[in-house]
Amino acid sequence: MLAKLSRYFATPSQLRQAGVLGMNQRNLRCIGSYNPRKLFPLVDDKLQTKLLAEDYQLAIPQLLAVIRSQMDVKRFERFLPSGQGFAIKPAKGSGGKGILIILESRGNYYRKASGQWVSRQKVERHLSNLISGLYSLGGNPDVAIIETLIENSPEFKDFTYQGVPDIRVIVYRGYPVMAMMRLSTQASDGKANLHQGAIGVGIDLASGHAVQAVQHDRPVKEHPDTGKNLNELKISDWRSMLLLASRCYDMTGLGYLGADLVRDARQGALLLELNARPGLAIQLANTAGLSPRLKILDQWIHRIKGPEQPSEDRVAVAQKLFAEHDAAEISICVDQPHHVE
Amino acid sequence: MKVPRSTLLWTALLLISLGLAHSTWRHWVHQVPLLPGSQAQYWDIEARVELQASGNPVQVRLAIPESQPGFLMQSEHTASPGYGVNFIENGLRHVEWSIRGAEGLQWLYYRTQFRVDDQQLLAAVDQPPAIQEQLWEDPIETAAAQLLRRSWQESAEGFSLAQALTRRLSDTSNENAGLLLSELAPEEALVRLLNEAQVPARVLRGLRLEDGRRNQRLQPLVQVFQDHEWRLYDPVNALEEPGQRYLLWQQASGPVLEVMGAKDSQVNFSMLSTREPASGGVHALAAGDALLNLSIHSLPITEQAVFRTLMLLPVGALVVVLLRVFIGLKTSGTFMPVLIALAFLEMSLLPGVITFLMIVAAGLVIRQLLAYLNLLLVARVGAVIVCVIGLIALMSVVSFHAGISTGMQVTLFPMIILAWTIERMSILWEEEGAREVFVQGAGSLLTAIVAFLAMDQSLMRYWLFNFPGLQLVVMALILIAGSYTGYRFVELWRFQPLVKEKGDRKDAG
Repeated sequence: MLAKLSRYFATPSQLRQAGVLGMNQRNLRCIGSYNPRKLFPLVDDKLQTKLLAEDYQLAIPQLLAVIRSQMDVKRFERFLPSGQGFAIKPAKGSGGKGILIILESRGNYYRKASGQWVSRQKVERHLSNLISGLYSLGGNPDVAIIETLIENSPEFKDFTYQGVPDIRVIVYRGYPVMAMMRLSTQASDGKANLHQGAIGVGIDLASGHAVQAVQHDRPVKEHPDTGKNLNELKISDWRSMLLLASRCYDMTGLGYLGADLVRDARQGALLLELNARPGLAIQLANTAGLSPRLKILDQWIHRIKGPEQPSEDRVAVAQKLFAEHDAAEISICVDQPHHVE
Repeated sequence: MKVPRSTLLWTALLLISLGLAHSTWRHWVHQVPLLPGSQAQYWDIEARVELQASGNPVQVRLAIPESQPGFLMQSEHTASPGYGVNFIENGLRHVEWSIRGAEGLQWLYYRTQFRVDDQQLLAAVDQPPAIQEQLWEDPIETAAAQLLRRSWQESAEGFSLAQALTRRLSDTSNENAGLLLSELAPEEALVRLLNEAQVPARVLRGLRLEDGRRNQRLQPLVQVFQDHEWRLYDPVNALEEPGQRYLLWQQASGPVLEVMGAKDSQVNFSMLSTREPASGGVHALAAGDALLNLSIHSLPITEQAVFRTLMLLPVGALVVVLLRVFIGLKTSGTFMPVLIALAFLEMSLLPGVITFLMIVAAGLVIRQLLAYLNLLLVARVGAVIVCVIGLIALMSVVSFHAGISTGMQVTLFPMIILAWTIERMSILWEEEGAREVFVQGAGSLLTAIVAFLAMDQSLMRYWLFNFPGLQLVVMALILIAGSYTGYRFVELWRFQPLVKEKGDRKDAG
């Protein structure tokens, strides 16, 4: 009986040993301590994030238009280059809700990412719903952001169904601590949302190689739609990705941050959005708990004297501390943690 | 900026000791009993007048009860859509309904609540009616004389005579009684026999109180006087239950129901008994230093009733906090389940859950239909609210006509919250699929049920209402739960693969 239970449930002490960061601890220790409430609007409002990123010279998908009123909805195409694709996003949406990807337009018809053609009326209704707050937190009125499409990089072509995979990097006090790539599946309707069945692939911080993949919080080996072995996933120019994520800390001042990045075929690493309350599934994708890494970083930052390290140094330190293959070295290069729970 | 955890624990400890100290003080100084031992019994009685109207003006007069020995009236009200209502208090109490034109079957309701008064605050004293000269017809004269003679011999005064007579009259093997009852109704026989013996008595109509009975009729009771004091005797069931309680529906002779302008009229009664902590004694004590005492009993009765439920809300909040922090249940809307639980409190659990599920399910369907109309969000939520109210009205009417009284309380559901729940659930359905709707819906319902079970404890109700200091204890518990950084129960399942993976790797190495 107990053995059966332990196949489905872990004991708290086992989880503690595995260094798993729980939801309560994340809320109190990470978000409560390092994310001041007043900074939240910077990331909860994607328009603000985008404008801020432009000021800080961070690469983002180009902003084509902002639709603020129901009046603008009727003539939304005026702001757009004709024929091309675009992405409509709610400024205050969460969890990928309310994002509409249009690949191309012909007359009054628009082709969605799924390949389906929809009428202009449908797009207008989507915009109007979005502005009246259907997708925003708490149902508050919202604005629609229209930006250029991201061109999927060929290296990920076989790893995803329809949508563009994005990379989530958790940045703790400016240092990247863990990364995961989210691959859309048929089950997730082409969206890179783990709740809906997208695949999360843990990425080794040092090399950019896949560590482990999970779907619905449970391990998987292959992509269910393309059949590609997920272990072969490798992100080229990985350092520039981490650098972009790390610089988001300088931009926002949030100490516990989830940066969502993409690799565009032409422009390289782009910042999609930021999250002040990043989820915990990344631990499953990496088969590693966040807690030990956060402790190591706390000690590292405690040791550093003088001004804060620049982002390049922070990335280098994180890559050295959290390399997957020499996990054993961590305990050598940093003193044994003295923290008492 | 940040305070250490010990500060929080000290704060919680301080709150708990303050709360307990205040409660102890209430107990010792104000004599509020720790346990709701002294409960009062309440009777809720509903009279339903049924009549067939034919389009003419209708006037209905129903005799209604008042406080009497053994029973104190707490409240009364009527429900009769479209009718003018008038309470007539001179002499006999009546309620008078009138309407200019009514068609078809009509129902009129009169509801009242009585508190059982064991201390007999009201004395059973009244002006006795005049004694009437009795003329007996030939065949029953001897039977009456014999009955009276036997009973007279074994009695001392009016009451014991009435006792002896009822015993004989309800004894089916007694031949004299059988002969008498073949000519006269039992109550009439008893009154006439008592009058013959110069004991004043009269027939009044009253209710045999039995918990949960429906469709009851008034029954005749004989009021027997000894000087100015009176007692009631049931001429039919005297032998069966000696401790039976009767509520007098009228305090003097007269018709119970008079209807003009309609036919086929009748009146039915249903009754329900509840036991609740008595608050009368506490009330009197609390009035003195109300402010210091922080006692809700010092407020007017109507506001007390509001607080009776308000004081329970913290318990509901505590349940939500515990379930989210320690279990990790997903709910749609953080404290929405508490409001649902409040509605459950008013209409009891099972009907509450069923109506909630029905309204949300029907609302989801309507929401899907509305989606075709291409509306703005605010307008759509507004339309859902209208539909939800329509649904509730429909359910009330249907359950009312089917004779289910709980249906009438559907209106207690927080309407706006229901509409938003429906809207959010349907969006959730579109975006995350039916599974997530099920998870969150079940989580909300489960939380609501647990909150209901916690708030429904009569002990909990009594304590929170009579010892306001306990609110501080509840708050301290919430504070402590709010600083818990351990794992949630669902995380033990969710992160289980992490443990196994580590184990496997060790095995491999």
